Amino acid sequence: MASPLSFPEEVLEHIFSYLTLPSDLNSASLVCKSWYSADRYSRRKAFIGNCYSLSPQGLVSRFPNLRSVEIKGKPHFADFNLVPEGWGGYFFPWVRTMSVAYPWLEEIRLKRMVVSDEALELIGRSFPNFRVLVLAFCDGFSTDGLAAIAANCRHLRELDLRESEVEDSSGHWISRFPDSFTSLVSLNISCIASEVNFPALERLVSRCPNLRSLHLNRAVPIEHLPNLLRRAPQLVDFGTGTCSSEVHPDIYSNLVRAFAGCRGLRNLCGFWDVIPAYLPAVYSVCFGLTTLNLSYSTIPSPDLANLINQCPNLQRLWVLDYIEDSGLEAVASTCKDLQELRVFPSAPFIPEANVQLTEQGLVHVSLGCKKLQSVLYFCRQFSNAALVTIAQNRPNLTRFRLCIIEPHTPDYLTREPLDMGFGAIVQHCRDLRRLSLSGLLTDRVFEYIGTYAKKLEMLSVAFAGHTDAGLHHILSGCDRLRKLEIRDSPFGDRALLTNAAKLETMRSLWMSSCSVSFGACKLLSRMMPRLNVEVIDENDDPCSRPDNCMVEKLYIYRSLAGPRFDMPGFVWTVNEENSTMRSSSALPS
Amino acid sequence: MGSYDKDLNLEATELRLGLPGTDQPEPTTNIIIHSNNKRSIHQTKEEDQEGASKVAASKAQIVGWPPIRSFRKNSVQPKKDRAGTEADVSGIYVKVSMDGAPYLRKIDLNSYKGYDQLLVAIQSMFRITIGRYSEREGYSGSEHAPTYEDKDGDWMLVGDVPWEMFTTTCKRLRIMKGSEARGLGCGV
Repeated sequence: MASPLSFPEEVLEHIFSYLTLPSDLNSASLVCKSWYSADRYSRRKAFIGNCYSLSPQGLVSRFPNLRSVEIKGKPHFADFNLVPEGWGGYFFPWVRTMSVAYPWLEEIRLKRMVVSDEALELIGRSFPNFRVLVLAFCDGFSTDGLAAIAANCRHLRELDLRESEVEDSSGHWISRFPDSFTSLVSLNISCIASEVNFPALERLVSRCPNLRSLHLNRAVPIEHLPNLLRRAPQLVDFGTGTCSSEVHPDIYSNLVRAFAGCRGLRNLCGFWDVIPAYLPAVYSVCFGLTTLNLSYSTIPSPDLANLINQCPNLQRLWVLDYIEDSGLEAVASTCKDLQELRVFPSAPFIPEANVQLTEQGLVHVSLGCKKLQSVLYFCRQFSNAALVTIAQNRPNLTRFRLCIIEPHTPDYLTREPLDMGFGAIVQHCRDLRRLSLSGLLTDRVFEYIGTYAKKLEMLSVAFAGHTDAGLHHILSGCDRLRKLEIRDSPFGDRALLTNAAKLETMRSLWMSSCSVSFGACKLLSRMMPRLNVEVIDENDDPCSRPDNCMVEKLYIYRSLAGPRFDMPGFVWTVNEENSTMRSSSALPS
Repeated sequence: MGSYDKDLNLEATELRLGLPGTDQPEPTTNIIIHSNNKRSIHQTKEEDQEGASKVAASKAQIVGWPPIRSFRKNSVQPKKDRAGTEADVSGIYVKVSMDGAPYLRKIDLNSYKGYDQLLVAIQSMFRITIGRYSEREGYSGSEHAPTYEDKDGDWMLVGDVPWEMFTTTCKRLRIMKGSEARGLGCGV
């Protein structure tokens, strides 16, 4: 019966192991039943962009032999306090199911999820081959959970807690790594507020010869750095602690020698509270640096420029707006390999500018840095002319996020909306995948986006547009759109309902402080059974108000799992009988 | 556009920001969101009075804008600017738990001017009453007492220290209930 062209399943699985992209594997699995089966059993990695898009049971049935999972939880706007506490994104149901189904699990990467100590303890007990734990922007756990990981994961290579919120009970969790533990490659504890047991950390660093990446937390004072660096000269990626104590000549010269010993250093970050006089201590490694994150350092412009002038091979630069236009001019002339620039605001809540950072800085960089692909830029003024210049100079931009701090700010030269400027961005930058808008914008900018931004995958809109036509342009024009998040913009029912089918092709849609009515939410939910339409309202039961009342916040996402069971009291969804239901249940741990 | 227009007469029920008869939304008044309750346009009578005075008092703060993550906001202490005035009026978000409640809330201490406003907000958020504060007796007259964890990790009764000291030392809040609460303030 077997045709000469069919392979035994083991051979197919082996061939599939050479396919790395999930999209390729997905395509292969659709060819025929035996390919589907081969892929199913040989799939080793899964990426779940929305933890509510399928159930844990669904995952383990579909792919019984995973070694690596990556899961994302809360919507992006949770980063800015727009998602109330208790909304969801719990990891425990996943680890409970996986602890049984995947005894050989090696890697867990989570973003914006609620992770309990119990979940961390379960990881420690269930996966003898566990190697990588990345918790990005997560919360819900304490140093007790970390102690369980340290004590039990004998082969751990990576522990990365980037910007998670950790309840600090004790700094002694780090001493729970046994003396026999030597496999660490990467450790990022920069988010931990309290002091970690430093001698234990030093001993850990000493006995892990493969350690390549180490990010300390702010509580580690600069005096400790020289000894630490001397024990790990092989570091490629290093984050300092605080650098604020008075410059002492002995410490300074120790630091110079210690950094000089780290010949392989390519990434530097940290520098909390750094006194500029310390900066020359790192000059010896600057030539080799490809990533420099100074976004926690309040260093003034001339000192920043001096440092950056030492770094001609920089590819990524994150910095505060203290760099000013003059500093960015220096970047433009020195950092010819720059691919990513992020400029954060030092004082975002005061009305006037405290630094000389305008659109000119970014224009200079767009002119001088021909490889620039990714921009995040906070400033207080912009012009259409500048946007057009940037677009024409850098058609290779793939990510462009501009945040003009005051909402509705027009072109400061012409007082017009910035529609034309952003229009130029999408027109010239044909590979643009991510875009964030700001400033005064009418529906016209959305017409441009819908017409030109054909590769756009993620769009963030705030305080923009006039009518539903704006939203309609986005939803009907952006073919590759996956994530759309909108706040404080007058988009409403008509655009949403007209483009209901589009929503099933996207991962998620967030709308807050817009003009969507409760009735439209119910209708959309009835029309699209494979979408979860969740209304967030912290004030009242939306059922107690007329259907034409606007909802506070709306989160819509496609799901194979149906409405979720862990919604808190302020989240409403529509059940089968087409009346609204609120699911308030006990929180899973 | 689709055929839904005719069936549903969406035009008639269409809601927009702004006055009827205009296409443009009113820029500032409708957008301002009072961060203590994270509301946008709908406000109850109580908040209206609070809201009006707040708008008048300071530049209105918009929740989550500009879009900067808390870790970053808390990490960078801005310098005094050249004019010598304090630069930072960002939010101080602390978690609030109540014994017996299934989930926590978060509030911005900076959006209240003092203990009175804070307690009104907490009572409204959790639908409880907290008794009157007195230095001798703590909170008498109700089942609940508000406490907070300070920088040293100790649990303190809300109201004992000056408001400014409270906002800078408070790490999180907990509303105690029942006998535990009644024990506070009596001969402590």
